[in-house]
Amino acid sequence: MTLTPAVLKALLRGAARTRPDEIGCDECYQELDRFAELALAGRDAAEALPLVADHLAKCGNCREEFEGLLEGLRALQPRPLRSLFRRGR
Amino acid sequence: MTVPTSPMRRWLQSRRARRAGGARTNDEWVAAVRGRDADGLADLRVVLVEALRPTLRRLAPAQAEAMAEDFAQEGLLRVLDRVDSFRGEARFTTWAVKVAVRLAYTELRRLRWRDVSLDDLLEAAPGAAPSADLEAPDAALAADERVRLVRELVAEALTDRQRTAIEAVMLRGMPLAEVAVRMGTNRNALYKLLHDARQRLKRELEARGYGPDDLLADDP
Repeated sequence: MTLTPAVLKALLRGAARTRPDEIGCDECYQELDRFAELALAGRDAAEALPLVADHLAKCGNCREEFEGLLEGLRALQPRPLRSLFRRGR
Repeated sequence: MTVPTSPMRRWLQSRRARRAGGARTNDEWVAAVRGRDADGLADLRVVLVEALRPTLRRLAPAQAEAMAEDFAQEGLLRVLDRVDSFRGEARFTTWAVKVAVRLAYTELRRLRWRDVSLDDLLEAAPGAAPSADLEAPDAALAADERVRLVRELVAEALTDRQRTAIEAVMLRGMPLAEVAVRMGTNRNALYKLLHDARQRLKRELEARGYGPDDLLADDP
């Protein structure tokens, strides 16, 4: 296996940012709906659920699902009538 | 795979979804789902379609409408199956959308990577994966003593499975969930495996005099 210098540098950073109390994808998923609601409400979700924020910073799969969840929840928020006349949305 | 939708029909669907989302309390949603209430399930399905649409338009624009319908239907079945695990810490519809979004991403990743075996992936020349760090040219990074040390530690201190996972995820860019399937494990366990690898590297680096600040500093 030949890891590129860029991957080795990413590993170095990953090692530096490792914490012993990290949660896994399952635990992150359990809290993701609450985390998303806090974020959408403009609250500091990372302060309320720091281990979820830490996991999202480190796990690309969970992060993209969180972004998809936010997108979905935004689509369900009230929208004015004029959006009917905005094409291509 | 196309589903014709006029702007008016879509707007009406959106309005119904937004109204349905706030029309029931959590207890009412749970009762409707557990009781297989036809109106409740129809409303929830509309909510899921509306919520999935923007992400699918971004990720699979040509098939977004049909996929939104399909994944909403599958998501609805999963919600029916798992309603007892809803803990009531968020709105029911938020939880249901989370379930459907997870399902949609899982399926999109599976479709994207379905023809790629782990052996093929690891044998291919690197380069297709997004670079983890574009700040410095490889030559400069390679000259970094810390980078040289990590290369040694990966070879000496990590397990074969940890090395395989690092290579597949970080070098080749395969999603964690897809690598997990191919390694006979699950995404949660694979994350833990990589976490253990990072911790091991951190301990070994610290034992050699490198603290977190030294590791994160940009210049050697």
